[in-house]
Amino acid sequence: MFESLSDKLDAALKNVKGEGRINELNIAETMREVRRALLDADVNYDVARAFTNRVKDKVTDESVLQAVSPGQQFVKAVYDELVYLLGDVHVDLNQAKRPPTVILIAGLQGSGKTTFTGKLANYLKSKGRSPMVAAADVYRPAAVDQLETLAAQVGVPVFSIRGEDGVPLNDAVEVARQAKEEARRTGRDTLIIDTAGRLHVDEAMMQEVVAIKEATEPDEILFVVDSMTGQDAVNTAKAFNDRLDVDGVVLTKLDGDTRGGAALSIRSVVEKPIKFASTGEKLDALTEFYPDRMAQRILGMGDVVSFVEKAQEQFDAEEAEKLQRKFRTQDFDLQDFYDQLQKIKNMGSLKDLLGMIPGVGKAIKEIDVDDDAFKHIEALIQSMTPYERANPQKIDGSRRRRIANGAGMQVQDVNGLLKQFREMKKMMKTMSRLSGKGRQVDLAQLTRGRGRR
Amino acid sequence: MALFGFGRNKDDQDKLEAGLEKTRSGFFGKISRAVAGKDTVDDEVLDDLEEALVTSDVGVKTTVDIIGRIEARVAEDKYVTTKELQALIRDEIASLLLESAPERPASFSAPLPNQPHVVMVVGVNGVGKTTSIGKIAHRYKEAGKSVLLGAADTFRAAATEQLEIWSERAGVPIVKQYQGADPAAVAFDTLARAKSTNADVVLIDTAGRLHNQVGLMNELSKVKRVMDRQVPGAPHEVLLVLDASTGQNAIRQAEAFTEAVDVTGLVLTKLDGTAKGGIVIGISNEFQIPVKYIGVGEGMRDLQVFDRAAFVHALFEGGDA
Ligand SMILES: Nc1nc2c(ncn2[C@@H]2O[C@H](COP(=O)(O)OP(=O)(O)OP(=O)(O)O)[C@@H](O)[C@H]2O)c(=O)[nH]1
Ligand SMILES: [Mg+2]
Repeated sequence: MFESLSDKLDAALKNVKGEGRINELNIAETMREVRRALLDADVNYDVARAFTNRVKDKVTDESVLQAVSPGQQFVKAVYDELVYLLGDVHVDLNQAKRPPTVILIAGLQGSGKTTFTGKLANYLKSKGRSPMVAAADVYRPAAVDQLETLAAQVGVPVFSIRGEDGVPLNDAVEVARQAKEEARRTGRDTLIIDTAGRLHVDEAMMQEVVAIKEATEPDEILFVVDSMTGQDAVNTAKAFNDRLDVDGVVLTKLDGDTRGGAALSIRSVVEKPIKFASTGEKLDALTEFYPDRMAQRILGMGDVVSFVEKAQEQFDAEEAEKLQRKFRTQDFDLQDFYDQLQKIKNMGSLKDLLGMIPGVGKAIKEIDVDDDAFKHIEALIQSMTPYERANPQKIDGSRRRRIANGAGMQVQDVNGLLKQFREMKKMMKTMSRLSGKGRQVDLAQLTRGRGRR
Repeated sequence: MALFGFGRNKDDQDKLEAGLEKTRSGFFGKISRAVAGKDTVDDEVLDDLEEALVTSDVGVKTTVDIIGRIEARVAEDKYVTTKELQALIRDEIASLLLESAPERPASFSAPLPNQPHVVMVVGVNGVGKTTSIGKIAHRYKEAGKSVLLGAADTFRAAATEQLEIWSERAGVPIVKQYQGADPAAVAFDTLARAKSTNADVVLIDTAGRLHNQVGLMNELSKVKRVMDRQVPGAPHEVLLVLDASTGQNAIRQAEAFTEAVDVTGLVLTKLDGTAKGGIVIGISNEFQIPVKYIGVGEGMRDLQVFDRAAFVHALFEGGDA
């Protein structure tokens, strides 16, 4: 019943993709469908309308209508608009001239501030910075405990003030102020202040966060917003920005299947960049936000760059090259599969990873890619001989029985694995075909912004 | 006020109305402006209606549905006034919202059909599960029932501590283990304790999880299954908590959680904000699940039994309109 935004856009753009010429009729129809796809994705009503109007203006331009492949031009117009709405370029965090850099985290209840605070600390630490976190959410039950637990996991100091009874001091401004002093005194270069969730219509609470801002003079104020938010996203973003003049936006829970309309809408009401995307409950599930990559993801072009970057953390260049060659030549056997599993396991959820590859995301959408399934696969491959690993097609009935016995599983499990492996190889064939020709992913654009840091 | 009936005080009503204020001026206000002075419903009005519904998160599909019905009715009766149009819209929306079933009474003082009556609370991260449990526990306790909480969110940092604080606030006991413990085991223990202490109501908190995470959804199904082994038929209710500010993704949440654990009712939280919560209209319609409670704040008393007549009434009749 539900298709992703990219599927819907795909369907809408099918009218004009490929050979066909654009005419006024299919423009109008396509624009209506694009608009509906955007609304279904929770793009703000006014934003969706403006979006389709701008695209329409672009494609009714004579030069486009006369172009060799108007369909491609149409797709490009939609893509360019998406990138524009998502904020064009990636923007880094501000840094104080004189440390500590103070980062203030604000947002609605349940948007994911505390988890993000932990992740940001983890991220900065991995970049060689020495962050400290401050627990200025003094209201939500156990919020301080939650941040303390996360800080311990990351291995960064946490600042909180508790009374003798262990109850947190009921003064967020004071906590934040003292935290900054403490950060300076202990030589931390960054202080991240977690604050309580608050509604933008709660005047007392909005005054509190403004007071925290005044007391700590943050270099960076981040507004955290749940990517599943609906039409209200623009209202809250605007209200927070009006009061705090935020520096950037953080999108959370992007590991869900939200179509991310909030991401597309916020930029049009507050001229502030989206700086981070939070993609899971684990502490390393945080990525810098790149508008072009996100637009490609939305359009089903995959997110090659993120995939490559994640892979780079695990594979050295030479190995990656070798692996790529094997992918291409179809020499990939079960032993390679086993070796790569070990590395891929360290990269994050398999389905997320595959989703970053152009064309693959859609192909595997309906398939359950259960990460725990690895355990069984590993056990099965472990009970194979080197010959079998290199020649999976030679594994006959009696070998299957032996392998199953060795792994303490059923023959059908072996069958399943071999079938999965065959499907995977097929997928790889598709992949190398896709990256060889067809999809026109502009690589220059893909890598734009990398290494700028 | 009368429409809000038992158990509610002026405070509750004010809170709901304050929260709905924005909804009203965006939704009803617009319609009344658009229709004012006209005695027929023309395309422009229907366009405005579409905008009003879509911007309330009702969703394109449900909006198209509602507009279709209204168009059909207008085609029959050509002279529709502003007032009639408003009544018509109210009708259509009310008819899309289900009432709670008698075997799962929404009133806290109503006799419960099971002992213990086991309620499992599920939802994506941060929607307000734990807080709602605290509030519901308080209300049952107030109504003279003995309540037991089960801390089956063993995953999120300090989740157990959070529920513990709510158990103290509401003055009800809690069964907990340690972070990382098997949530199914916690649920199982909780029900054992409920039986031995003759608890009337058991509320099981679960970890927030995104509905597209297959492994975690399977875990949830398992937590549910295990309860039946301790108390046949349990859980008797599965409440899906939805954040009013969530957009169309809530429909997918409803779909996935229903598939995994057979949701029996919805809790719509954070209606004290400006979010319009229009998603519940579509969800109640598509999945035939009633909205049971609404959350209107972070305090222990900030929970109300959902009353569709009152909800629609407050949406259209209250305030400055
Ligand atoms: N304004 C408002 N805030 C609410 C409401 N219900 C819950 N909250 C707040 O929303 C935030 C998240 O609530 P929790 O109860 O922790 O949500 P949860 O679903 O248990 O979260 P996880 O267990 O982390 O998935 C807290 O700050 C609550 O105080 C409500 O009706 N109105
Ligand atoms: Mg919780």
